[in-house]
Order: sequence, then structure tokens, then C-alpha cells
Amino acid sequence: MSASDTITSAPGCPSHLEPAIDASVVDPAPFVRIDGKGVARLDLSVHGAHCGGCIAKIEGGLKKLAGIESARLNLSTGKLAIAWAPGAIAPVAITQKLSDLGYRAAPFDPEAAKTEEDKEGRFLLVCLAVAGFASANIMLLSVAIWAGHDGEMGPAARAMMHWVSALIALPAAAFAGRPFYRSAWNALKGGHANMDVPISLAVILALGVSIFETLNHGRDAYFDAAVMLLFFLLIGRYLDHRLRARARSAAQELLSLRATTANRLTADNHVEAVSASLVEPGDRIVLSPGDRAPVNGVIEDGASDVDVSLVTGESAPANLKSGDTIYAGVLNISSRLLMQASARAEDSLVADLTRLIEAGEQGKSKYIRLADRAAALYVPLVHSLALATFLGWFFIGDAGARVAVLNAVAVLIITCPCALGLAAPAVQIVATGRLFKQGVLVKSGDALERLAEVDGIVFDKTGTLTLGRLRIANREQIDVQSLAGAAMLARASRHPLARAIVAEAGAGPLAEAINEVAGCGVEGVIDGARARFGRADWVGAEDAAGASSAAWFAREGAPPVRFVFEDQLRPGAKETVRALDATGLSVEMLSGDREGPARRIAAAAEIDIWRAEMTPAEKIGRLQLLAKEGVKVAMVGDGLNDAPALAAAHASLSPGTAADASQAAADFVFQGEDLRSVLTAHDVSKKARRRVLENFAFAALYNACAVPLAVFGFVTPLVAALAMSGSSIVVTLNALRLSRPGGGGAR
Amino acid sequence: MTALLFLIPIALGLGALGLAAFFWSVRSGQYEDLDGAAERILLDDDEEEAETR
Repeated sequence: MSASDTITSAPGCPSHLEPAIDASVVDPAPFVRIDGKGVARLDLSVHGAHCGGCIAKIEGGLKKLAGIESARLNLSTGKLAIAWAPGAIAPVAITQKLSDLGYRAAPFDPEAAKTEEDKEGRFLLVCLAVAGFASANIMLLSVAIWAGHDGEMGPAARAMMHWVSALIALPAAAFAGRPFYRSAWNALKGGHANMDVPISLAVILALGVSIFETLNHGRDAYFDAAVMLLFFLLIGRYLDHRLRARARSAAQELLSLRATTANRLTADNHVEAVSASLVEPGDRIVLSPGDRAPVNGVIEDGASDVDVSLVTGESAPANLKSGDTIYAGVLNISSRLLMQASARAEDSLVADLTRLIEAGEQGKSKYIRLADRAAALYVPLVHSLALATFLGWFFIGDAGARVAVLNAVAVLIITCPCALGLAAPAVQIVATGRLFKQGVLVKSGDALERLAEVDGIVFDKTGTLTLGRLRIANREQIDVQSLAGAAMLARASRHPLARAIVAEAGAGPLAEAINEVAGCGVEGVIDGARARFGRADWVGAEDAAGASSAAWFAREGAPPVRFVFEDQLRPGAKETVRALDATGLSVEMLSGDREGPARRIAAAAEIDIWRAEMTPAEKIGRLQLLAKEGVKVAMVGDGLNDAPALAAAHASLSPGTAADASQAAADFVFQGEDLRSVLTAHDVSKKARRRVLENFAFAALYNACAVPLAVFGFVTPLVAALAMSGSSIVVTLNALRLSRPGGGGAR
Repeated sequence: MTALLFLIPIALGLGALGLAAFFWSVRSGQYEDLDGAAERILLDDDEEEAETR
């Protein structure tokens, strides 16, 4: 108990990679399913869990809840699977507990969860194991054969060794080669050739020739080469799949964002939690402080301050009252609201943004990866070489069909793109591992390639260049007593200005008889004296400056004190902009906020090109304009309003504090406050690109040396085995250089 | 040379045994959360296990 208690004391990830999330609690009741054994099951997507401490905290915390039978967190995917006896606990108590622990949880759509199982990854892993087993055992036999070539082994013993090899190789190649045969067959049916066509051809021909040689008591068989080929290529395939799986789980998160719940008011004034997708126009929905609006609608009753920063990018909260329009994704801050839905969830703003994101992602999928570009050059070349070798030996060399086929197969085996297949995935998996250690999550391998190519970078303002958190700007003008007094009122409020006061003053007591007035401020009684904290005219002060982000604190019998707030620049922002500028990238800022704050932040971060008051569509328009001019742009943003732009950009990054949709749309998600992570990501991407190109160059050099040997018939099974494994090992070692301090930067 | 007749099957059998063990570990989901597995070994969960059992 003692160890886990110290871990569970502070909310959020114990590694402090990410600040604890202060989030609204979603009722996941509509997503609970009862399985065949009568156990209630729920899958939640947990945000903010990054280390082993998080596993202990979340699983330990949930198991302490009465009724929970099991809770298991998958750290790789962020999926938390919970099981309990139906009725033993209210589902909302689970999300409440997670929120208390400092994590945000959204329910997984059970339909989406079912399809999520990684069947392809398991299949590749099993194929890899079979190919590894077979190649190791055949190699044992082959080494014996090669050692016996000088006469120590008789033809009968060699034939037996060949037959045992064939017995292992044939079923193993039939089993483990399926990923390649399938893909090659599909490509051929479509009338084009991919990398898998020469691979399949080489394996099948090598096995065929070897069987023929074994039947005729020949000296050489290529069983080991055929299976080893599959083994090396499957390693590359599996690494590549792991990178892709990460990108897919990001898309799953986007789905889970849609699967939110709404508190619907029934005809008999009863509140029921329903899935947001079931809300119909005309339904009345209760928004408690801390809830996000699930759909677009109109306020029917109540008045409250709402945080619109995720939707518009504006940092100052808006005051909404009865009759005002409220958009999906807006966060209610101060008091209870009753809204009437005016659109279904799929027609609401979040859904619009989701559609824009999907459109952008389709554009990205058109990106042709370096490895595929290399394959397009490689495949026709290899096939014509093999054909030329056959024809050359048959007609010019007059060697007979057997020798001609043997040499053509040797060309196919020796040129088989082992090194080429490993070149990109090996580098990318090392690069993503290194970035992950530095707090940057990479969603896909080609994201690294795309980021390395950019020649411009566009920043959003609120939450990206800045921390998106207000801070007291005139601390030296405020006496300790006023700050303490204001904090006693502010602790009762969720308003961003009040939060800034609490952040400065720390934990402490509350005032008595506290009342929050939406759009005005908080009032209460401190030591018998009435006190107010809020807008100037409501507090009774005269605000000469009239600045928007200012608040006043007044206590009976004392002059009002003015608090000025400002958003603060992220640490490292200026250095990042300067360094990016120095590498020749054009740096630009696009903000949805008003001109004044935008100008101030742009000046502070030393960005010359900036635009304010931009809608999501205008941001995309700007990116498209840049793209038309031939500038490949990376976008860095965090708000819901940035998500479409993130998806449309050539590459995109977002901070770990960003809206779910933005994190889902971005290629890179960086944790922590320091903006220099953007620089690190760009730097590692460029290094990774250089390594990939080096690997391609090496593979080309290797072929230039090995192909002439094969064409002229000097390649024995021993040479083929050495060449293949040698080139694969060199490529892998070159990739590993990236993870070493010598590759630039510390681990 | 007759030693080969039983040595080769023994070698293959041992290899196949390892392969079967690997198949089992993939089927039972041990490769689903490699990041989590790396962290779980560091957790002091003995006491909690005792509580829940």
C-alpha cells in the first residue's frame, strides 16, 4: 500500500511529462456492453497515461472501487478495458475516478473496439517466427553441405541433407510467404507490379530450381536463400506494420471523440445519459459546469461563461445567455445551462471539422513514400536483368536451359530487395523510438519523411506558441492581502482568470457564502466583509485602460485592486523560431484570436509574418495558397479550429494539451511545455531522411557489385547467403546510428 | 553418419518446441502491449495482488 499511495497522491502522470488534465466527466453508460458470461465491460480511451506509474495508478485506483473485477490498461494504445458485475457500480463513477486521478477518458465505441484487434500484426509476427525457425535450421544443414564440398561428404549424404532442407523450406515458405504472394497477386491482377512481385518470383523460382537440383543429385540448392529472404523481408514488413498501426490507433481516437455522451432531459424532467449520436434536434440537454456541448444548439435557460478557445482559438471566455447560439465542442465554465439541440451530432461543428480532417488525410495518403518510389525504379530493372541473363546464357553462352535458369534465379535472389525493404522501416522505427524518449509521439513513418521535406512552418497562437494559460502580469502592483483575498473567491470558480489567481496563490481556504455571477465574477464574504472579484463595473471600480483581460478585486472598505492577465509564451518559443529561421524555413503565425493579442505574441516570438482573426477555412485557404506557390508547409496547432489545417498541411505537429481532434489529425504530438520539441522533431526527421537515403545508396552499391557476379554465374548458395545477410546487417546498423548520441543530440 | 538420423530430428524437434511456445505467446496476447509490459515488471504489485485474491 505504501508505495502505491505515494504514487497516487498527485493527479496526472507521475513522470510529469504532461500536466494533470482537468477535464469534464463523461457518463459512459451508453457504451457499456454485457458479454456472454453476464459481465459488464467497458473500453475507455485514456489520455495522459505515459509511464509505468500511470499503469499502477489507474489500475490500482480502479480496483479499489467496490465492484470492479478487472481493469487493464494497454500503454501502447491507451485503451483501458474494465469489467464488473452489472449493477455493482455506476459507469460514471469509473470516469469520475479517472478524472480524480488526473486522466481524461472517453468511451470507445464498442463497434470500433471490436475491429481494433491487430490481426495483421499477429499474422506477420507468426510468419516471421516460422521464417526465422526455418532459415536457422536450414542454415545448419547448409553449412554442413558447404563444409563437405571438398569431398568429405558423399553424394548420398548431401542428397539427404537437401531433402531435409526441402522438407523444412517448402511448408515454411508456403506459410510465411503469404503476405508477399497475396500482395503480388493483387498487384498483378490490377495490371501493375510492386516490390512483392520480384520477391515472390525469386522465392518460388529458387525453391523450384532447388527441388529440381535435389532430384538430379545436383551440387547446389538455394533452400536457405529462399527462406532467409523471407525472414529479412518480414522483419522490415513487421516494423513497417507497427508504425502504421500507431497511425491507425490515432484514427481510432478520432472515432472515440465522436462517441461522447449527452445529458438529455426527458419529458418528465428526468436527466438521462445518452450517446451524443442519438440526440435529435429539439432535444433539451443539460450542461453542467465542466461539460462540453455535444451538438449545436440554442440556450434555453441560464447564463454562463463558456470557453470557446477550442472552437475559435480565442482565449477570453464568452458570456452566453438564454437565446444565444452554442456550438458543439464549447466548454461550459461557470453555471448550469439548459440548451435545445438544433442539429444532430453528425451535422454539428465537430462533425464538420471531422469531415475536413478526413478530406485532408485522404490527400496525405496520396503521398508516395521514398521506399515505394525506389521500388518503382527497381522492379522493372531487376526483371529485365534476370531475363537478359537467361537469354544471354541460353543463346550467346550456349549453356543449356538448366544453367541459364540457375543463373537467372541467382540474379533474382541476389538483387532481391532485402536491404531496400529494411532501409526505410529500420530507420523510421529507430527515429520514432528516439523521439518518443524525448517526449514526441510520431504517428506514422511517412510523417518523418514529410516533415523532413518542408520548407515552411506555420504556427497557431493560443496554446501553441503560448501556453494557453493566463498569468498575472502585474504581480508587483498587487499586495499579498489582496491576492490572498482574491484567491479565496477564485478557488470556487473554473473561469480562466480565477484559475490564474489560484495558480499564483496556491492552495488555501475558501470565502464564505460564495456566489458566481455569470459574465460578472465571484462574490463572497471574507472575515465578515463582503468582497467581489470580477468585471470592473460590477466590482465598482473605474477601469481607465478598459483592457479585456483584466479583473478587479474589491473588499468592503478598501479601494479596488486591478489584476492584469496575459497569456505567456511557451518556453523555448523564441529560440525555436530563430533556429527554424536559421535552417532556411519560412516561419508564419495564423491566429483565430483578435489582432491585439496576436500582434503582441508575434512580436514576442519574433515572427514577422502573421495574420489574426482567421477562421478554420481561411487557415486551410492560406495553406493551400502556400502549397500552390510550391511551399511545403508544416502546421503546428492545438485547437479544434486548427484540426482541419493540421490534416491539410504537408506535415503537422500538435502539443499534448491540444484538443482530441487536433491530436488525432497531427502527425506528431509533443508532450511538455517546451516548444523546442518542434525543433527536435524536425531535426530527427531530417537525420532519418539522410539515413534512409544512405541506405538506398548502399543498397544500390551492393547491387552494382553483386549483380555482375550473378549475371556471369559466380554466385553459389554460400555467396548469396553472405551477401544477403551482410547487406541487411549493414543497413540495420546504419539505422541504429540514429539512436546514438553520435547521431546528433543526447538519448 | 547414422548419428545424423536421430540428431537431426532432435534438433528440429527442439526448434519446433520453441516455435510452438512462441505461437502460444502471440495467441495469448503477450505482444499486444510491448510498452506496457516493459513498465509492468517495475511495478510493486505483490501487495495489491494479495488483496484482490
